[in-house]
This record gives sequence, structure tokens and C-alpha cells, in this order.
Amino acid sequence: MINAVGREIPEEILEMTGKEVFHGNHYYDGYEYKKDGPRTKCVMNSNGSKLLGSLREALEKCEIKDGMTVSFHHHFREGDYVVNMVMKEIHEMGIKDITICASSLGKAHDPIVPYIEDGTITNIQSSGVRGKIGEAISNGKLQGLAIMRSHGGRVRALETGETHIDIAFIGSPTCDEYGNCRGIGGKSDCGVLSYAMADAQYADKVVAITDCLVPFPNFPAHISMTNVDYVVEVDEIGDPKKIATGAAKPTTDQRKLMMADYCTQFVINTPYFKDGFSYQTGVGGASIASTITLAQEMKKRGIRMRFGVGGLTKPMCDLLINDQVDALLDTQDFDLDAVQSVKNLKHFRISAGEYADPFNKGAVVNKLDFVILAALEVDVHFNCNVVVDSGGMITGAQGGHPDTAMGAKCSIIIAPLLQGRIPAICTDVTTVTTPGESVDVVITDYGIVINPRRQDLIEAMKGVDLPFKTIEELRDIAYSIAGEPEKVQFGDRIVGVIEARDGTIMDVVRQIKPFEFRESR
Amino acid sequence: MRKNTINEKQEDERMEIKKPAMAGTLESSDCQVTVEAGDGAIDFSLESSVINQYGNQIRNVVYETLERLGVKNVRISVVDKGALDCTIRARVEGAVYRSVDQKEQIPWGGAVRS
Amino acid sequence: MRADKNRLRRTMMFLNAQKPSLIKDPYIYKLDSIMLDLEDAVAENQKDAARFSLYHALQEIDYRGCERVVRINGLDTPYWREDIRCSVAGGCDAIRIPKTECANDVKLVENAVADAEKEFGLEEGSVLIMAAIESARGVMKALEICEASERIFGIALSGGDYTKDLHTHISGTGLELMGARQNLVIAARAAKVQCFDTVYTNLNDMEGFRRDVETIHLMGFDGKSIINPRQISIVHEIFTPTEKDIIFSEKVVKEIDAKKAMGIGVFTVDGKMIDIAFYDGAKRVIELAKASGVYKGDL
Repeated sequence: MINAVGREIPEEILEMTGKEVFHGNHYYDGYEYKKDGPRTKCVMNSNGSKLLGSLREALEKCEIKDGMTVSFHHHFREGDYVVNMVMKEIHEMGIKDITICASSLGKAHDPIVPYIEDGTITNIQSSGVRGKIGEAISNGKLQGLAIMRSHGGRVRALETGETHIDIAFIGSPTCDEYGNCRGIGGKSDCGVLSYAMADAQYADKVVAITDCLVPFPNFPAHISMTNVDYVVEVDEIGDPKKIATGAAKPTTDQRKLMMADYCTQFVINTPYFKDGFSYQTGVGGASIASTITLAQEMKKRGIRMRFGVGGLTKPMCDLLINDQVDALLDTQDFDLDAVQSVKNLKHFRISAGEYADPFNKGAVVNKLDFVILAALEVDVHFNCNVVVDSGGMITGAQGGHPDTAMGAKCSIIIAPLLQGRIPAICTDVTTVTTPGESVDVVITDYGIVINPRRQDLIEAMKGVDLPFKTIEELRDIAYSIAGEPEKVQFGDRIVGVIEARDGTIMDVVRQIKPFEFRESR
Repeated sequence: MRKNTINEKQEDERMEIKKPAMAGTLESSDCQVTVEAGDGAIDFSLESSVINQYGNQIRNVVYETLERLGVKNVRISVVDKGALDCTIRARVEGAVYRSVDQKEQIPWGGAVRS
Repeated sequence: MRADKNRLRRTMMFLNAQKPSLIKDPYIYKLDSIMLDLEDAVAENQKDAARFSLYHALQEIDYRGCERVVRINGLDTPYWREDIRCSVAGGCDAIRIPKTECANDVKLVENAVADAEKEFGLEEGSVLIMAAIESARGVMKALEICEASERIFGIALSGGDYTKDLHTHISGTGLELMGARQNLVIAARAAKVQCFDTVYTNLNDMEGFRRDVETIHLMGFDGKSIINPRQISIVHEIFTPTEKDIIFSEKVVKEIDAKKAMGIGVFTVDGKMIDIAFYDGAKRVIELAKASGVYKGDL
């Protein structure tokens, strides 16, 4: 069945998943449902500690068995040890057919690939996957399906009960023996625990894993003891050097600076750029550079930001230090400056649900004026791909891309026209992750495009001195330089599903196939 | 494109690979081409970061370039890092002319052309 | 088609002709000229490979109006003649001669360029020449160099080698370059060709770069050699006439045109005494403003 972004979704996948095809961004607006809830084992005695001697003991107490769903968060980024240590233990217990429901998986988790190959792990649900897990999935090693869903979409899946977590494992930088978790303090300081908050609320069993046990009460708790069953202390939950790195040096690449400058010039010429505006940006060189130039323009024009959202980095936190923004709303910290900034009273931690969930009574993304994003590919229908690379391999993550692009009044994608030889602007993206109806502006080093759906923005830019083009013009320039790319040759088997925010199917990802020349010479 | 008058290569003129040679680098947007004498035909191998999109195109460019140069007996391997056609042509020619030790009086616009 | 000797050349960026990532699309930075380098940037054992790279770049890449100058290897090397054949066959706009010492150097190159034009079927005179001056001797011979060929559109100072020859070094203050700069710009003006300043290599000191560009702009240079696209906007900003200059120059041109017809020689514009001697300067400001894309008037 063809969905609203023109992708053919095979019937077998609709049957297997019980899902509908994507019908457009607002298909589920106003939908009513009753939320799923965790099966809870209450604790009324007054002499207990939740502290257990080992991870194995926790798994046994949680009655781990074949076919269960276990969950993890990715606040420790490429420094995470928790996924590997838990999966190693589960593997050693001989448990099979596990579904991993992670907020994201990365290169740090390469060691679990053998557990995919031997059937310990048969299903993966994640924002995306990088590294060897992505390769394993793309090569058809996972028996079941990989479901890629956005940060908001993940919370929705837990709330509706589409995914029910049996055991949530929450790596916690500090924790007391009664399960009060905080993202700050300890040796593995990651600032916030936003992505794990829904897990704590919706999982039947919740295990906190920490390498810094502190006396009760570890308050104010980011995740409350009221949701935690057990606490396990281990030597290390992560590699601090990879959890939060030093702030990235501002780029000196003129191409990125130029795109950042186009972005800032665009932003300040929109009607949304006025006192009290709101803004979110990513961690790419051009995004960070545009935050820096935007801060200068705000200062010059005496304009103040009401709130900034992220995925935070130093330039966003500097806005707070320099008193240019009233509040920061934080779901994740990418550098040490952002981790430090969490201590600021105007720096608020929010849950993934508050951030981006489309199935609650309203999330922060809906209040955004601007979001600045990147993409691997954007097609002439403005659909974006952020998950699958030019070889057809799963190498990226949806993150909050579809959530913020849909929520923000003005969503801006920054991408160089050519990534190496690969055109970033193309006729059809390899895989759709964010639908074109969510995307308002595309900024490249060769010119800027406003989505024709946004006549108001086109009107607002009349007389503005920026290199405006049509999306087809940009694609044609890219093809004239690099040549028209051939489509990736995929195999038949579907290995992954790209889920839309509302749980419908945006696209499927097929098994990759070794390249073959068209005809022999 | 300009017409060339005196460097036009004869249709049947052949160029033999005399010794193994290489041109180009493994930097982004470049490609590294290695040539050595073949077994009577063109033996082409390609490793490319963009093989899915441009594998056929790269192969066509390499064969066309060899044809213009009159090279019919070569083992040629290309390790490509997203080079544009103009770079692929340049690296093939660079390797071939190195293999015959010719650095001057290159037939620009003749056997070497776009 | 005769090449345009007097086109706008505020920025001329050095690019290693052997590096595909550098030469594939420098035009996105909207600079005036690129200088594809076969000389210092290219290692001795890559001179041959660099030419193939250069030839196909010239033939196949659409540089979108950006002038393509090739810096050939020195006349004391075995490379320069083939460099010229390759560049001319590829269709470059101009050849830059390094280490030019005298008029004869220019003549040598001129002859080789003419031969190449003939060999590759180009109209005679389609490829221009510029001379880089990198020694005390070159500075002293600047005028004869400028006048050595009809093809010469300009001369450029190359500060690194020049200061070594002078037994000093680049200090960042510009003091050591004063004499050469002054000499070259005077010689170029006398010969009615353009004059370009040397590179500023410290990319971490953008304020120092700005002061340097302001200095050479005031001295009368037409543009500056640059090494990084980050330097472009500063040069263009300084070389673009201010709105005040443009308005004033427009008035001067219009008034002189009008008053000439009435036979009046001297008059005032905005309280300033103006006569015919102001005409060329004012015209030049308007032309520069047009070329820089900031003139919206009707002259």
C-alpha cells in the first residue's frame, strides 16, 4: 500500500506489525486512548533496601525469560557500558528471543552483535543504530524487525502499550539504595535522564544500575524510587571521557560558516524572530556556528530568546550565561559545558515525553518557533532521510528530527549540496524518515529553498538578499556536478521499519545486497 | 571544447603498459589508480565509497579513458573516495603515462581529453 | 575573443591543482579569481599528475565566471613549458609567472603561450599573463616587467621570497613590505596594469588580516592573494565602495556630464570643489560598485 509520502509498504509488513501506513502528520490529531500501565509489585515493609549483590541477581529477581522486552537509555552516548553488561549477563543465562527497546544504540554497543547472530536478541526498537549493529541489521542478521522510531514516537509506543517493557535498565550516575536516580554527580555525569523517564513509568520492572551509590535521599530525584524495583552497584557504568566531551571547537570551515550565515540571515528575516522566540538546534558544525552568529544578531538587535531546547551544547548554554535566554529545556547534554549548565536554576530537565511525544496532551516541540536540523538526503518533495546512508546501510538515528520538524513553526535543514560525491538534494531519498510536509526550509552551500507549502515564508523573504532557488534547481546543480546517482540495489527482505511519530509506517528498510555492475564489458 | 589539430591519436594506435604505476591519493574526493600490464585484456577492479550510486558510471569513465589512450592490455584497480569524473580521468591518465615514463609532450586535447 | 584584462580581481585564491577536494567548487565562495597552483603546493614527484588534474578541471568544471589563473613552475625548472601547454590546452584564462626578474622572463612565457595557442587551435592572445615578483631585482625591474607584453594584466608581490631576498622576514606589521608594495603599485599604475598584494598567512589573526587589507587598499592595490575562503568576505568588504562614496561619485559624474555641455569647468558637489580631474576617479568608483554588485543607479 502506498503511503502519504509515496512509499510502497508491503502488505506482509502491515500484517506482521499490525500497523497502518503513514497518512500524513495530523491523521491521529485528537485521537483518544487509554494509557498502558506497568504491572507493579508494591513495597509496604519498612526495613528494606533495594540494593542487590549483582546484575545476575537482579535478572533473576525480575524473572527474566525468553521473549521478554528489555530497555535502555542512551545518555552515556558512545561511553555507555550498561547495554553490553546487561546483555552479556542475559546471554550467559542462555535467555533467547529478547527485544531491545533502547532510546538509541551506537558504536559503543558493537559487542552485542554476536547476541544478534545467535538469537539472544531477535528484535530491536531504537531511534536508530550506528556501527556494527546497523551493519548486522542491514545484512539481515536480526531474525525479527528493527523498528526505528523518533524520541517522541518511542514514548508514544510505551504509552499506548504497543511496546510493553518487561524490564528497564537505567544507568544512573548517582543513585541511593532505595532507587532515587539522578543524572548528575558521580563519575559518569551525563546531566539528565530524560529518555529513561518513560521507561521508569511504563516498565513492569525497573533496575537502576549505578557506579556511585549515595546515601538516601538522592534528591531531587530525576527518576523516583516509587518506580524503581532494584538497585545494582557496579564498578563502571560508562567511560566519562566519551559520555561528555569537551565542547567542540567552533568550525573554521568556510562552507559550514557560510551555511550558518545563510541560516541566521533567514531566521532573523522571518516574522518569528522577535522578543520571546524559541529555538532548537543540533550538534553539527553548521548548526553550532549558526547558534553563535544568531546570538550576535540577538545582541545587536536587542532581542531575547524565551526558551531554547535540546540536545544542548556550549553555545546554547552560553545564551543562558550571557542572559540572552530565559530558560533552557534539556533532554540531553552533548558536552561538559552542557552537563555543568544543568546546575543553573534556569536550566530545566524535561522528559522525552515532555519534549516530543505526539500522544500526550501537548509537548514542548509544539511550542518551538525554530528548529535547525541536518539531513543525509532531502528530496524534491522535501522528505528527509537521516537513518540510512548512501550504501543503503542503517547508520543513523531519527532522534528528535521528525518531532521537532513537525512541531516547529519554521524547521530548517542545513546540508551541504554534495556529501563527497553524493547529492544531498535528490529526486527521491533512499528512505524517508521525516515527511516533506514537516520541512520548511533547506539551506545548502549552493542556495536556499523554501518549501512551496510555506507561501508566508516566501512572502516574508521578498527583498532579502539570500541565494534563493527551487528544490529542483538545487537537485539539478548537484546532478550536473556529480552525475545522476543510481538507486541503491537492495535485496528483497525487509529488515527494518521507519515508524512515523504516530506509529504508522513511514518507510521500510531492506537488506543490502552486494553491488553488481549493470552489464559486463 | 576546442578542436585539436595535431595531437589527434590514430584510431589503431596502441599504448602498452611498461611498468606498474600509480596516481592519485586516498583523500576525500580523490581516487587512487594503479595500473600494471594485463593478460591481454582490460582487467578492472573498483572499490568505492559511492559504488552503489556511481559504480557503473566510474567504470564507464575508466574504460572510455583507456580506450582514448589506446590501452587495451592492463590490470587497473581504482580505489575511489567519491571523486568526480574529471578526477577519475586525470588519475587514470596519470597512472598510464607514468607507466610509460612520459612526462612531456602529453597529447592534450588529443588522446587526453574530456 | 580578447580576454578581459581589466576585470574585477579583488580576491585571487591559491588552490593546489593536485587536490580534487579544493578545486572542485571554490566558486561557491563567490571570489573573483582562483589560482590553480602547479608550483610550490605540488610536490616534485607529483608535477605530472597535477597537470592531468588541472587539465580536466579546466575542461570540465564550470567555475561560474570565476577567473582561472594557473601558476606555472619557475622558468629555472624543467616543468614550465609543459605546464603552459597543459594550461592553454585546458583553456585557462591566464598564466602566472613565478619569480619574475626581468622583461625577458615575460617574453619567454609569452612565446610559449603563443605557441600553445597555435598548437591547440586557440585565437592568439586569448590567454593573459600576470607576473609574480619575488625578489629585490624583480621589484627594481617592475616597470619593464609590466610593459614586457601586451598580455600582461597585472603584477603581484610575493612577500615570502621577497623578504628572504631582502634579508628580513614577514613580521605582520607590513614594514618590511613597504618599499616593494609602493614600487609595484607605482609601476603597475604607470604601465596601466593591475597590482595585487601578497598573501597573509596567519589565519588565526583575522584582525591583522583586516588591517593588512585596509593598508593595501589605501595604497592603491587592485586586490589581494588569499589562501583561505575565510579571507574573502573581508577583502570584498574593504574593496567595495561605501554607499557614501557611490552617492558622491554618482553626483560628480552626472554634474560633470551636465556642466561640460554648459561649458562650466569648476563647481561644487556637497560643498567640495570639483573639476574634470575628478571624473575618472568617480567613474572608477561606479564601475567598481557595479562589478561588486552594489550599484543600483542608472549610470
